[in-house]
Amino acid sequence: MNRIFSTLSATHASDLMFGKAPVPVRCGFGLELGGGKVFPEINFTLPTMLLDEESWQSVVAQYEETGEMIERAAKRLHLPGLMVEFELLPPMTERPEWGAEITALLHKHLQQANENYGLRSALRVTPTDIRDVNRPPKLRTGEEWETLRQSFLQCAGAGADVLSIESVGGKEVNDEAMLYGDVAGVIFALGVLAPRDMEFLWNEIVSICSTHNLIPGGDSACGFANTAMQLASQGMLPEVFASVIRAASAVRSLVAYECGAYGPSKDCAYEGPIIKAITGAPIAMEGKSASCAHFSPVGNVAAAMCDLWSNESVQNIRLLSGSAPEAYLELLAYDCRLFNMALEKGTEQAYQNLLVESDIHISPQAFVLSPSSAIRIASAIVKERTHYRQTVAAAREAAAIINEAAANAVLVLSTKERSWLDRIGKELASLPDEENTLTDLMKRKYGHLFLYESYGL
Amino acid sequence: MEELKRLAEFLENGYADRVAQLTQELLDNNVGPQIILNEGLIPGMAVVGEKMRKGEMFLPEVLQSAAAMYESLKILKPQLVEQGLKPIGKVLMGTVKGDMHDIGKNLVGILLQGAGFEIIDLGVNVPPQKFVEALGTHHPPILGISAMLTTTMLNMKTTIDAIANAGLREGVKIIVGGAPVSQKFADDIGADGYARDAVRAVDKVKELLAL
Repeated sequence: MNRIFSTLSATHASDLMFGKAPVPVRCGFGLELGGGKVFPEINFTLPTMLLDEESWQSVVAQYEETGEMIERAAKRLHLPGLMVEFELLPPMTERPEWGAEITALLHKHLQQANENYGLRSALRVTPTDIRDVNRPPKLRTGEEWETLRQSFLQCAGAGADVLSIESVGGKEVNDEAMLYGDVAGVIFALGVLAPRDMEFLWNEIVSICSTHNLIPGGDSACGFANTAMQLASQGMLPEVFASVIRAASAVRSLVAYECGAYGPSKDCAYEGPIIKAITGAPIAMEGKSASCAHFSPVGNVAAAMCDLWSNESVQNIRLLSGSAPEAYLELLAYDCRLFNMALEKGTEQAYQNLLVESDIHISPQAFVLSPSSAIRIASAIVKERTHYRQTVAAAREAAAIINEAAANAVLVLSTKERSWLDRIGKELASLPDEENTLTDLMKRKYGHLFLYESYGL
Repeated sequence: MEELKRLAEFLENGYADRVAQLTQELLDNNVGPQIILNEGLIPGMAVVGEKMRKGEMFLPEVLQSAAAMYESLKILKPQLVEQGLKPIGKVLMGTVKGDMHDIGKNLVGILLQGAGFEIIDLGVNVPPQKFVEALGTHHPPILGISAMLTTTMLNMKTTIDAIANAGLREGVKIIVGGAPVSQKFADDIGADGYARDAVRAVDKVKELLAL
């Protein structure tokens, strides 16, 4: 029986603070998340190189070099704790033994750092969701699903502390609906399809974690809301649309917690503050210090409620100072010193206000991620009982928040953005109350893009 | 002609039903399909493309215009074929082996379709041999290859090499794109063109085909 969240863990904006989570999590080598400190989460990827049988030993050498760097730099930077994320590349998921080999390698370095100088740390392992290699994707059966499951199992047995994923169920419909600005299609993808896949997938991940005594971290709406954010940053989608998609995506990410995940959430899940308000779980976030991976309009506000502060990903290339992963680890370390000094001095509220205020008047995407917006959206979600209705409620609340902010002149929107906000509001208002009604409509419109059996439909 | 101007305006506004209705009315009034295409649809889409370049239109609006154009072309197609007119070009596309990212590629495909090109999309995780086979089958003048990962972008070179080894390189212009790709990388691997976004990809295809 999955958990139902009908109340909030954090009821006021002031309850949502960086470094403090209502339900802290202890993982790995004694790393406590949400217990009063923010820690860096470092992630890195390979430079331009082929990843195949022939190059595998060079790939391993890259991770070995970075593992050694982490040991050295964590000590040099006096890190109070560290999360390392190993995000598998597709071939490392397709060959589960490869993912397991790197997992074991990174675990070894964290263990050495713990033994040699007491570094508190944990290793998050994130296999690639390879189930959408074919279109329409077969999500619940077949070779890809079985391989993904094996990847989780082997990484779990090789030294992972936290398991996460950026799952893709519903993306095949969301991509199309989003590009065409079809609000009903996006809501169907996020509120009907995605939660069904999340439930299937996360029950399995939680079960694997339970067997191996690991932490089921959380999922990310990266393929949905971050895609919208990137398209908006290129001027291709309205920012207000991306903002509403962000809020609506929180429901599908919440399903992981209903199935038994308890954080830390995934770094690229910018919907994290809403999840934190509902579940109380510690969250990983990324913003200005992840510009090595992608740009965003939420660089500061994203930090306002984080428990882990991440760089998302950086290639292991050489910079003037040293390797790029080391440079970004240092950047994160200094960001975290500021968070933690503010917490120590009791000035965290003032610091959080600066982080929030410096972003929210410029972008609606930042506005919907402020602590007070997160609480409002989270409240709208927990009042409803089905994922579909929760998704609609989150989207409507986000649209209302942006409308109010624009009306009160605390957020500047262009005429084009305002016109889209009106259109989105009208389309959200006209959505049917019943999920089945929308599903019937959407099967006719998008039925060629997805397999009913992938979603138990 | 006033009706052709109206057709272009309907197209700019993405009114698919009105575009289809007016297209049929024009044909019924003995306006030739090529005139409808050249003096109504193409000027309308040119305005749409320009507005997108200037940031005056969002993608969903552009795609609504493209969909409206498609509705009109469905009506015109039998007569255009009868008169021996073909799509302005065929583009083969795919994401390289090992890579499952496709939204950027799909976007390029949609915009090219809106610009009158025929698209053959091989999907994601496409091995070099599959590109070679498809080139042999479809003989497109343009091949678009996409990659999003630092560990898959070199498969673009592997693909181009495979095409050269199969003796098919001379007959096709190859453009590449994707987050880690740059003009220098495109030059290094022997591609003919690079575009950093979907709008520029359409421009690049037209440039390579001297359209």
